[in-house]
Amino acid sequence: MIQRALILIGSLAATLPAQVTLDRLLHPEREPQNWLTYSGSYYAQRYSALDQINRTNARNLELQWVFQARSLEKFEATPLVVDGILYLTEPPNNVVALDARTGAVFWVYEYRPSPDARPCCGAVNRGVAILGDTLFMGTIDARLIAIDAKVGRPLWSVQVGDPKLGYSLTHAPLIVKDKVIVGVAGAEYGIRGFIAAYDAATGKEAWRFNTIPGPGEAGHETWAGDTWQHGGGSAWITGSYDPSLNLVYWGVGNPGADWNGDNRGGDNLYSDCAIALDADTGKLKWYFQFTPHDEYDYDAVQIPVLVDANWKGSPRKMMMWANRNGFFYVLDRTNGQFLYGMPFTKQTWAKGLDEKGRPIRAAKQSPTPEGTVVYPGVQGGTNWYSPSYSPRTGLFYISTWVDYYMNLAKMPAEYVAGQRYTGGAPRSPVPTLQRGPINTWTTENASGMVLAVDPNSGEKKWEFKMTDVTGSGILSTASDVVFSGGREGYFYALDARNGDMLWKAALGGQVASGPITYRVDGKQYVAVAAGHALFAFALRP
Amino acid sequence: MGFVRRSIIIPALAALSWLSMPAIGQQHYLSSDIENGSRLYRNNCFVCHGPEGASIPGVDFRRGRFKRVSSDEDLLRVIASGVPGTAMPPSNFTDSQRLALIAYLRSMHDSASTAGSGDAARGRALLEGKGACLSCHQVNGKGSRAGPDLSEVGAIRAAAYLERKILTPDESILPEHRFVRVITRQGTVITGRRLNEDTHTLQIIDTEERLHSFAKSDLREFTLLTTSSMPSYEGKFTSGELADLVTYLLTLKGLDSQ
Repeated sequence: MIQRALILIGSLAATLPAQVTLDRLLHPEREPQNWLTYSGSYYAQRYSALDQINRTNARNLELQWVFQARSLEKFEATPLVVDGILYLTEPPNNVVALDARTGAVFWVYEYRPSPDARPCCGAVNRGVAILGDTLFMGTIDARLIAIDAKVGRPLWSVQVGDPKLGYSLTHAPLIVKDKVIVGVAGAEYGIRGFIAAYDAATGKEAWRFNTIPGPGEAGHETWAGDTWQHGGGSAWITGSYDPSLNLVYWGVGNPGADWNGDNRGGDNLYSDCAIALDADTGKLKWYFQFTPHDEYDYDAVQIPVLVDANWKGSPRKMMMWANRNGFFYVLDRTNGQFLYGMPFTKQTWAKGLDEKGRPIRAAKQSPTPEGTVVYPGVQGGTNWYSPSYSPRTGLFYISTWVDYYMNLAKMPAEYVAGQRYTGGAPRSPVPTLQRGPINTWTTENASGMVLAVDPNSGEKKWEFKMTDVTGSGILSTASDVVFSGGREGYFYALDARNGDMLWKAALGGQVASGPITYRVDGKQYVAVAAGHALFAFALRP
Repeated sequence: MGFVRRSIIIPALAALSWLSMPAIGQQHYLSSDIENGSRLYRNNCFVCHGPEGASIPGVDFRRGRFKRVSSDEDLLRVIASGVPGTAMPPSNFTDSQRLALIAYLRSMHDSASTAGSGDAARGRALLEGKGACLSCHQVNGKGSRAGPDLSEVGAIRAAAYLERKILTPDESILPEHRFVRVITRQGTVITGRRLNEDTHTLQIIDTEERLHSFAKSDLREFTLLTTSSMPSYEGKFTSGELADLVTYLLTLKGLDSQ
């Protein structure tokens, strides 16, 4: 038996080398059995062409295996699957290679981050990227590490930022051509954010784009005085890429200090922006700012979802974006032009959007020392949780927080290197990042839902309501099934067309990452992290 | 969805704000801040500052007496940085945790200033006798489990809040103390305090102290009650008796503090 298993693994490795070429990354549609990038494709739709699990048989899903992480941190990672091998991070920064059919472990790369690491919101990691036979991981002490995908040996490691100043890396890198692109987190510590590209072979920095422009750079005038030096602008979620335009798209986080904008007069570019960068040079092609002069911590740190479809009857290259600020946007991704926007959940900070998509601010919604009640609360109408777009249904699926507010107290903000630089404290009866097993606070204090929006009309097609809020990502498939979870620890299969619940499993811990699907030996699997473990499901034989 | 329809009376935002953020001291604090602050205090501050906040000479939280600070901003700074040259260390609390601690410190002062006038022993007699409070509440293992346990109520609630609660229970019922009324598919009506709830299930303790866990799909009706089953004591207690009762309640600090 042991011998047989070894031969099986041996043949898997010998016949299916993890040679992930750029061509493969550019054409994930040719191999829907794999999940090669964080968002499933450069277009970041989290849509899979696999259809073995469908609306009729989803009720027959059953557990195949569980991987238990040796960590009590939030499990935010999305795995990659390459030819039967699943690559996963366990928090904070271990990488694990598993047999995607059984959960059996090939190897573990253990990385111990420096004690200087000070990630703002949990020692988390959201996954790896792969190119050739090399995996790439950002660490909470702000390193970028290349790892041999066959044996888990580190190949190179570079320091991207100074962890003592609050720089950290939490998202899965993006591979474009021969470069590894990452952004930094740390706006809560008054960093000056950037996105940087590194040579995949050597780790040498190829280009860097400062998300907060310095003297002489365009946009610098949107910062009063020298506040740009600690202006935040993190980029802590993976971007997307359009090969035809050679543009990399990224969402930029909040300005620093988060909740006290008194000193940083101006729009504070490029905080809370979608930005388009030339993939070869990192030069800014265009930007669109969702929340100018943000005082709410409404990071634009969402996945830029790219969609080629008809818009008002004509083919258009679009970008769709459900923002933390409570608005859903459609942009032209060739030039950043605003096409459409609407609130998708209750918000009180803006009266609406003007014809260019700029918010019209509501009165008496700025933070005050006494506290100001603002919708949505600090975690937003949605957040970094991956949405999904199905080209089949034409619907955009959003993990949404409903009727969620904060009481936002402004406080003095003084920059001290390495200390929190937030200028306030938002408070809400809703637990911010994690919840315990008890939920009696909801009903009037927010709830969650999967919301399906028709981007062409703004119409809310359906809602799948949950009692608790949800921090889960969403996956849609060619068989019109939507997979998602929530903080209650349920994992769902829903009908992508009307939101009917097809199946559910109680996983006993919050789903705080995006589900994926893959196929090995003819069997389609769906994998999702919940609590401190990764669960893989497939159909009962 | 096939789930049972659920009737909920949504309170107006104004009322909600009032419930969630009673005015105490300089700021508006969430009642959850005071609770969280109380727990942080017991785990981090209690050893030096003591249960009443008066163990450091010259500092008495219940009397609002500090050595170097007065405003919330001062307190935020001292909690973060400590006081050099003294035993007060710097801390790694988040801003929200510091605010919660301050909410609790201010609530200690509020409690002391408005309700120190009563007689705790008489208050205890009222709780156990005339008030019949133990028919629904429990204090240190004595009484009923049907309503919220009062064993640490003095640590997590301010005097003004307790007074309001006793006189007008419906106005200040917290989400975690809501009662629910369910009708099962068989037609059985069960009322109890909600212990936990998610999208598909509900856990309660009923008035007979039985634990129930329901699948919502098995319920014909499920109503979250926004009125309290507690009677108002307006007119039943004299103002002196009310002060006695509140004074007693404020002595209840939980097992950790005994």
